[in-house]
Amino acid sequence: MAINAMTLNIDETRIHAALLEAGEKLETAEGQVVLDLSSVSRIDSRALMAFEELARIASAKKAKVALRGVSIDVYKVLKLVKLTRRFSFVN
Amino acid sequence: MIVTEQTQERVQIPLPVELLSAERTAYLEGLVSRARNAAALFTQFNQAEVDRIVKAMVMVGLEQAQHLARLAVEETRLGVMEDKVIKNMVACEFVYDYVKDKRTVGVIREIPERNLIEIAEPIGVLFSLTPITNPTSTVLFKCIMAIKTRNAVIFSPHPKAWHCCSEAVRIMYETAVKHGAPEGVFTCIDSPTLQDNGYLMKHKDVGLIDATGGPGVVKAAYSSGKPALGVGAGNTPVYLEKTADLNTAVVDIIVSKTFDNGTICASEQTIVIDDEIYEAALKKFAELGAHICNDKETKLLEHTVIDPETGFMAPMAVGQKASDIARFTGMQVAPNTKLLIAPIQGVGREHPLSVEKLFPVLSVYRAKSAAEALRVCIDVNHAGGLGHTSVIFSRDEQIIRKFGEVLNTGRIIVNSPGSIGALGAVYNDLVPTFSFGCGTGGGNSTTDNVNVFHYLNIKRLARRTQTHMWFRVPNQIYFNMNAVENLRQLPSLSTVIITSPALEQMGHVDKVRRHLCPKTKVHVQVIPDAEPEVKVIAQGVEALNFYKADQIIALGGGSVIDAAKIMKLKYEAPEADLEYLAAPFLDLRKRVVEYPTQKVSRSRLVAISTTSGTGSEVTPFAVLTDKQSGRKVTLADYSLTPDVAIVDPQFVMSMPKSLTADTGIDCLTHALEAGVSNYASAYTDCNAMQAIRLVFKYLPVAYEHPGDEEARCMMHNAACIAAMAFSNASVGVNHALAHAFGARFGVAHGRANALMLPHVIAYNASVPSKFMPSPYTKGYVAHKKYATIADLLDLGGHTTEEKVAKLIGATEKLLDQLGFPKSIAELGISKEEFERAVPDLVSIAFDDPSWRSNPRMPLMAEMVELFWKAYYGRGTEKTSALS
Repeated sequence: MAINAMTLNIDETRIHAALLEAGEKLETAEGQVVLDLSSVSRIDSRALMAFEELARIASAKKAKVALRGVSIDVYKVLKLVKLTRRFSFVN
Repeated sequence: MIVTEQTQERVQIPLPVELLSAERTAYLEGLVSRARNAAALFTQFNQAEVDRIVKAMVMVGLEQAQHLARLAVEETRLGVMEDKVIKNMVACEFVYDYVKDKRTVGVIREIPERNLIEIAEPIGVLFSLTPITNPTSTVLFKCIMAIKTRNAVIFSPHPKAWHCCSEAVRIMYETAVKHGAPEGVFTCIDSPTLQDNGYLMKHKDVGLIDATGGPGVVKAAYSSGKPALGVGAGNTPVYLEKTADLNTAVVDIIVSKTFDNGTICASEQTIVIDDEIYEAALKKFAELGAHICNDKETKLLEHTVIDPETGFMAPMAVGQKASDIARFTGMQVAPNTKLLIAPIQGVGREHPLSVEKLFPVLSVYRAKSAAEALRVCIDVNHAGGLGHTSVIFSRDEQIIRKFGEVLNTGRIIVNSPGSIGALGAVYNDLVPTFSFGCGTGGGNSTTDNVNVFHYLNIKRLARRTQTHMWFRVPNQIYFNMNAVENLRQLPSLSTVIITSPALEQMGHVDKVRRHLCPKTKVHVQVIPDAEPEVKVIAQGVEALNFYKADQIIALGGGSVIDAAKIMKLKYEAPEADLEYLAAPFLDLRKRVVEYPTQKVSRSRLVAISTTSGTGSEVTPFAVLTDKQSGRKVTLADYSLTPDVAIVDPQFVMSMPKSLTADTGIDCLTHALEAGVSNYASAYTDCNAMQAIRLVFKYLPVAYEHPGDEEARCMMHNAACIAAMAFSNASVGVNHALAHAFGARFGVAHGRANALMLPHVIAYNASVPSKFMPSPYTKGYVAHKKYATIADLLDLGGHTTEEKVAKLIGATEKLLDQLGFPKSIAELGISKEEFERAVPDLVSIAFDDPSWRSNPRMPLMAEMVELFWKAYYGRGTEKTSALS
């Protein structure tokens, strides 16, 4: 893990908002940002859009985003929409 | 060197057929012609003849297994001869074991309880492409399947496996013809080219393309516009989970990956091993003959066995021994090395060994958790193996099932070798095949192991079924004068009587109380005598709960009884959503909504009707008004039917004339409509007919002489009997029109029915412009039934038309006797106002489910016509039947 990793917990009840906030934090983050999705068992279309936006910002800022504790069902969703290549995954 | 063909194969598209010479075209046409004739002749064969030929072919295939295996290895330079012998034998013996008892000719299945028969129809001419990796076994498999299903096949083997395949075809063909198969049933293209394939893939006489080969040829098959069976590329991930039986797993993997030098596309490609057992697993592999590559060796492999340009496996490595691959790569390994195992750190182009490798090289990944392991397996699956095969070794049932859910593979092999497991019938119960369907993930039309049933069109012969019907009414109906005394037999600790203010004032409640058990605590809940509203229901339910009612007596007309039905429903199922339960439906038995019928019944509903009309005391319907939305909510379910009905004429003796007439005609309409309904049966007909007879005889008497006990009693019974009929046969278009008109203009239901009735009889009795589809009735019989009613009423007439006219006449006379207006116009509704209303009326009537059991399907234009006929009324034009 990068030395200056910022960890953010993502709450399942407000995934969309949390991901957007994470995107904002990327503006000032140094090093890697780790999003902890351990409490997220499923995502909806809004959350998916937020992931896409987050990936776009990360790419623009050349920031690294790691996703931690992603459930396999959510991973499959991200895989099917080809978002897994935009993030790294940690346990 | 097969690089060029392999590369070409990966991007193959049907090439322009203009490149074919006239001579070549004629040759191909000759093959098709022979195959077409053979297929046509074959349709005459029965199951026994076909099975005899198949068995003979299988025997010969087994005898020639070694010969063909040797030829295959010599020609293709791929695989292991001994393993190819096994493949050939599996293609014969195991496939035969599966197909031998299968019916594939003529009637193949009878399902008597559904009146269905399945019949096999051969496809005709198949165009079959076979691969280099499993050449002769695939040919044997397809030949057996083709004969079993009476199809002819034109084979196009892979050019680098042509000789062994054509030999297999020749052997199978000669055996088949010797045992009676038509000549020309198998042919093999001489030196097949891409252009030949393209030509035949589009040929109008080819019924199906069966493409077992690389992605290019499969894509060409599916792009041809012809029905096709194809396969997909495999990149089998294997999860070696920490609870696995390591000894079995390692051996199984080695067995599978080394079988025929890894040429079966279902063989293991990347093993994902849980961290806890990683070292032990690699140690076991090494003990059993695998070479675990170090970093340098892994790099060497990456650059040798994977084509750096394409990222795919290098063709020269396909089907080669591990030791030969090692030698070619420049690695030093033990002479008997079975397998080369290379650790990888990820999946994708940056990890070249994570792709499919049809040779004895395995990649391994060390996973720190189950979540990571599953992610990597998904990654491998998506890296060129969608829809094919995956393998898991584990004893954790939850993980096994999760693996099955998240991996997109047609075959998920558990605790057994991947390649042989996927073949089927060896380690498991999968259907044996040499053609793995990969579903849409692999660009195929099926995930099945392709088998005989994919070589057939299955036809279904469906006979008209006699749909079972029903006759459901309360299980206790007490009738005639003083029937209310039977209340004494119904024990109750707490009874709530639901009734209207008028009936309480008239003393009817006391009459009921008198006959209840002395120990019964009684509460009276008075509600307005109008269609029940939500608020009224809620209040009633509150009372039922407060008094812990074990008996509910509904004493009143249709509205009161309906209210009680709904109160009981909510009392026993408080969570019931009435709007939801009122959802529209077409067939009560197929209805989407389920009423809460599994609840324990807390109370008995006794319905005592005080009108001789609606028959609500025996029906499964209840209507509720939602004042907020202004909508009527109709509930329909047999669970709403009261438990007990008391049809006691003492409660109707004081009905005023207008109510007597309205409710009496409502009863007549119920009976007439149930009588000609498409849901009518012998059970409902007798009730309908009897009710009609009683109405015609006793309604005028009850109207003119309200104190006539016999007339009141017979009418009261008639209402109940008619309701028993329409509860099970439903009503018709008369009610649909009357509902719409009555609600719009505030006309009593019975009166609204009366205005439509003679016109609807004439309408139903005439030849429909559109017949109503109905599985319950045969032919159009409404006019005959009306004629039967006319006979029952002794109205005279000789022909059906005359009798129907008599019935209409008698109905009009009855309406006149009861003082009904002859027309809507007589009600004071202006023509202009009515004209404005008609479009809405028709729309509402058409939405009313009542007409769906009408014998004649009412078109909207016909509804308009009926409304106008009712507007101008009877007597203004002679309505004649069958006009």
